[in-house]
Amino acid sequence: MEEQLDVQSLINEQKRKKFLQAFMLYLFLIAGAVTMLAPFLWMVTASLKQPGEVFSYLKPWWYDWIPTSFVWQNYVKVPQVVPFVRFYLNSIFVAVITTFGQVATSALSAYAFARLKFPGRDRIFFAYLATMMIPGVITMIPVFMLLQSLGWIDTYKAVILPPIFTAYGTFMLRQFFLTLPKDLEDAAKIDGCSYFGIFWRILLPLSKPALATLTTFTFMGNWMSFMWPLIVLNSHEKFTLPVGLAYFQSFHNTDWTLLMAGSLMMILPILLLFIFNQRYFVEGIKLSGIKG
Amino acid sequence: MKELKDSTKEAIAGYSFLTPNFVGFLVFTSIPVLASMALSFMKVDLISTPKVFQLVGLKNYQTMFGDVYFWKYCWNTIVLMAAIPFSIGGSLIMALALNQKLKGIVIFRTIYFLPTICSGVAIYVLWKFIYNSDFGVFNTLIGNFGQFFHIPLKGPNWLTDEAWAKPSLIIMSVWQTVGGYNMILYLAALQGVPRDLYEAAEIDGANSWQKFWAVTWPQISPTTFFIATMSVIGGFQAGFDSAYIMTGGGPNGSTTTIIYYIFKNFYDWGNMGYASAISWFLFLVILSITVLQWKVFGKQVHYY
Repeated sequence: MEEQLDVQSLINEQKRKKFLQAFMLYLFLIAGAVTMLAPFLWMVTASLKQPGEVFSYLKPWWYDWIPTSFVWQNYVKVPQVVPFVRFYLNSIFVAVITTFGQVATSALSAYAFARLKFPGRDRIFFAYLATMMIPGVITMIPVFMLLQSLGWIDTYKAVILPPIFTAYGTFMLRQFFLTLPKDLEDAAKIDGCSYFGIFWRILLPLSKPALATLTTFTFMGNWMSFMWPLIVLNSHEKFTLPVGLAYFQSFHNTDWTLLMAGSLMMILPILLLFIFNQRYFVEGIKLSGIKG
Repeated sequence: MKELKDSTKEAIAGYSFLTPNFVGFLVFTSIPVLASMALSFMKVDLISTPKVFQLVGLKNYQTMFGDVYFWKYCWNTIVLMAAIPFSIGGSLIMALALNQKLKGIVIFRTIYFLPTICSGVAIYVLWKFIYNSDFGVFNTLIGNFGQFFHIPLKGPNWLTDEAWAKPSLIIMSVWQTVGGYNMILYLAALQGVPRDLYEAAEIDGANSWQKFWAVTWPQISPTTFFIATMSVIGGFQAGFDSAYIMTGGGPNGSTTTIIYYIFKNFYDWGNMGYASAISWFLFLVILSITVLQWKVFGKQVHYY
């Protein structure tokens, strides 16, 4: 009887310990989440204030975090102060085409590297790998001069073309293709399927998760891309969102409410894309071990 | 005509699949790398007509080694990397917490990733605002705190005071990166640690702390090394967007990093040759870190 009680109290003790541990963990995780989210909350609150409101020094602390006014008008005013809609459309155009180009050319070359035998293949692949460690800044100046001599500065071509050809996409998709079983392809080959047929009808459909990952990654990168568009674009009506927002903030750096509204509108598509695709995203990071 | 051999057909297919990417790769990467090397030995003047391309030998490199600003900006770049250990340590702690079997992990993981996902101009505009000395978050909180105790407290001029500008950027950088790629890599590594190692340690009577240092830490050390070298490589190329948006490289050049200096030389001052020389210096630094990484890891490093 006594022994049984002992066991019971031991189990209770263990349960209590476990509960306490989970409680502490959640406390820690929530503290982390609050730290990560606070600046965003602040951004939302600021974007909804009256223009003069944010400036009041020594306001109560909660004033920054809980919206006291809802000036939705700020979101309407942004496109009136700068050609924000134009920037948005430019960004969509540039990001979609660049992403499509990156994924398409990467998939083609990844197939060649993963499945086809041709002289010099491994040497070329090694050269691809090696270029991944070349800082982008090295190629920036010669490419700029090349585009300048072609008369392409201040065109969409100049923004879109150079980033399309990435070693990273090729590398990542090759790694994924190598993990796929070859049986289906061999069977198709025996049935007389062409190489392109194998690529298009077998390999690509099997690679949907990897393609989704690469597309998500590259689209986000292109959407946020700042330095290159800044260098090659001059006229305002061609600016992408980041360049446009930078320009906006250099000329209207006191219109904080509008700046916050504009910034929020800029990150919104990325936020949604990430929330819906985050499973792919995590897999992609694990797959390649590479930081975007 | 004779039917082509299968292996020839395959080779032709291989080259054709490779062509679109390879041509672009040559035009926008391989040739520019060589051109950049050539430019670094030249004096380039694109404004006067005819344009001047004059070989000057090692002069750009000599200028660089004697340029006090260059060394100052190298130092700035290295000091700003103080964010890296905090970020890596934080990533590991967060990954350890997320690795417990708890409900809602995915939600936390998503939230932690938000700062990394949104990094870019919008976030730098936001932080410029957060650091505003008159009405930013930090100084409002400090002011409120002082008011509560009836002491007139005023926070620092975060971004405009030379002593505070770098710490400000470091804090922001930790916030931005701590829950990002590194945390996910750690999470994957933690899930890969064999369970029986923990069981063996438990049999030996190890507590959680001992289990961490005896099992987890050595098991995930390849990941730590990978993350550290990648962060340093990234660190050498960092600082453009934040300098451009938030500080303009100031105050007094204290937040100008190597890449921002290259941009200034190239874009604002038209010193193409000098900018190319600095980029090659940067490249060699990164190359040596990468070689070190390969030496330790073999070529497997990227494959994970």
